[in-house]
Amino acid sequence: MSALLSVADVHISYGKVEAVRGVSLEVGTNEIVTIIGANGAGKTTLLNAIMGVLPLKGRTSFAGTDMAPSDIEDRVAMGLSLVPEHRELFGTMNVEDNLELGAFRIAKAVAARSLERVYALFPRLKERRKQLAGTLSGGEQQMLAMGRALMGAPKLLMLDEPSLGLAPIIVADIFRTVGELRAAGVSVLLVEQNAQAALQIADRAYVMELGEFVLEGSARDIAANKRVAASYLGFQHEGESAV
Amino acid sequence: MNTTILLFLLQDGITNGAVYALLGLALVLVFAVTRVILIPQGEFVTYGALSYAMLATGQVPGTVQLAVAMGIVAFGLDLFFARKALRARLVMRSAALNIVFPVALLVVTYKVAGPTTPMAVNIALALLIVAAIGLFLYRIAFQPIAHTSVLVLLIASVGCHLALQGLGLVFFGAEGLRGPALSNAALTVGPLRFTGQSLAVYGLTVAFIVGLWLFFGYTRMGKALRATAVNRLGARLVGIRTTLSGQIAFLLASVIGAISGILIVPITTLYYDTGFLIGLKGFIAAIIGGLVSYPLTAVAAILVGIVEAFSSFYASNFKEVIVFTLILPVLVLRSLAAPAVEEEKD
Repeated sequence: MSALLSVADVHISYGKVEAVRGVSLEVGTNEIVTIIGANGAGKTTLLNAIMGVLPLKGRTSFAGTDMAPSDIEDRVAMGLSLVPEHRELFGTMNVEDNLELGAFRIAKAVAARSLERVYALFPRLKERRKQLAGTLSGGEQQMLAMGRALMGAPKLLMLDEPSLGLAPIIVADIFRTVGELRAAGVSVLLVEQNAQAALQIADRAYVMELGEFVLEGSARDIAANKRVAASYLGFQHEGESAV
Repeated sequence: MNTTILLFLLQDGITNGAVYALLGLALVLVFAVTRVILIPQGEFVTYGALSYAMLATGQVPGTVQLAVAMGIVAFGLDLFFARKALRARLVMRSAALNIVFPVALLVVTYKVAGPTTPMAVNIALALLIVAAIGLFLYRIAFQPIAHTSVLVLLIASVGCHLALQGLGLVFFGAEGLRGPALSNAALTVGPLRFTGQSLAVYGLTVAFIVGLWLFFGYTRMGKALRATAVNRLGARLVGIRTTLSGQIAFLLASVIGAISGILIVPITTLYYDTGFLIGLKGFIAAIIGGLVSYPLTAVAAILVGIVEAFSSFYASNFKEVIVFTLILPVLVLRSLAAPAVEEEKD
């Protein structure tokens, strides 16, 4: 069985500094996979390189097709979508225009149905549909970024730190939505510092440290791992209580 | 000064200002989408105007051959950059746009050019020729360096301006040309006489502004262009090709430039290098609009036109000096109002 996304022995460098070293990962159809790790482990770098924002060395394929010759726009057309850490919304355009552009490559009739689905998933966006994206709250911007990505009907959605800087109640909301995506036939590759929340919804997990995967397995096994519990889950509790 | 002179000067200023407004809007559009400060905008004006004027006398302008030559270079570049993943569909599409389109234009121009060719055909040909040149100019000069800094793009832009101006001298000679008026009708209101030409200037300017507003506000492609201007990475992540946005921006700019040229060539004699000065006045308006604001640019352009009309009446020797000095207080005010920012990297 071939995986939806397959990444083998990938190296990514910023000049002379090698930020990701020999990483391999797979995401299957209808699977939620998470990559957890501390700040600076190379998680964001890896996602950006899979999307084509950064160059990489190694083999990558999506739905059986080699991704090497395709640029960002081709990968979007293949069904790969990234919700980047900084969201990259069109701040001076309204919510509905942002969503509509998410379906830039999709036929208009299909886009109209996607819009209904996204509004059903995030009712808040429907309330704010005439508001400029730049004036939304952080949580709403995250919802809009996810909604915009979903408008393109991706097969695999890559989420980079969706919980960053958001209130716990909104984080719970976002993670609940990520869980719902599976039912809609969308696979998810989730990069998170909030390891506890990520491990709760994921099927499988990779633990990244200093540019390498140090552990991989089912989310339940990873959550039960003593080392992970000490360095990530424990740390998360302290981090949260400190806020 | 009496009211009649005042009204005459105002009318003259608004007519010129309308043309500057078109050019200023095109500059803002191109800068927002591609970060290129479009110095060769003036050459689009000259090429459009003089191609039209030559076609009206039954000659074939050299610009159509330039379009074919640039198309061949653009096709070569397309093949070179796609060499690792050469797909038949891609090659066909590139050949259709870069080879078939300009060659067809060349053939049609040679076929129909003559002293009795209808004016509408001449206008259409002049517009298509300049549109092709604008499109290929982006492909050849700017698309390969689209990711570089604003400064590099500006230097390339100056280079394009100088090259196109030199070619303009080859194509049109050092003598000025005038084209036939779009309409000889005239309308008298009180002391003012509106020629059909100036009415065409107002009408087309308003039509273009409304058209651009509809395009950017209500069409998917227009919104995609705005999105590219707001956030290039965000645009790429939803699958909008920044190269396509750039091509459309240049296409619009070249057509707007050519239309401006065709509108003014019956009013004033244009030389191969006149376009630059006209383009610069559009540029002043664009700068007053901060290179971002379309309405402010349009208003500023009318102001530039009026200042020019009054200064050519009262101090005609200093006409250009006064107009271009307008930019100084604006820059001072803008630099005081805006916080110092480093150029964005992307």
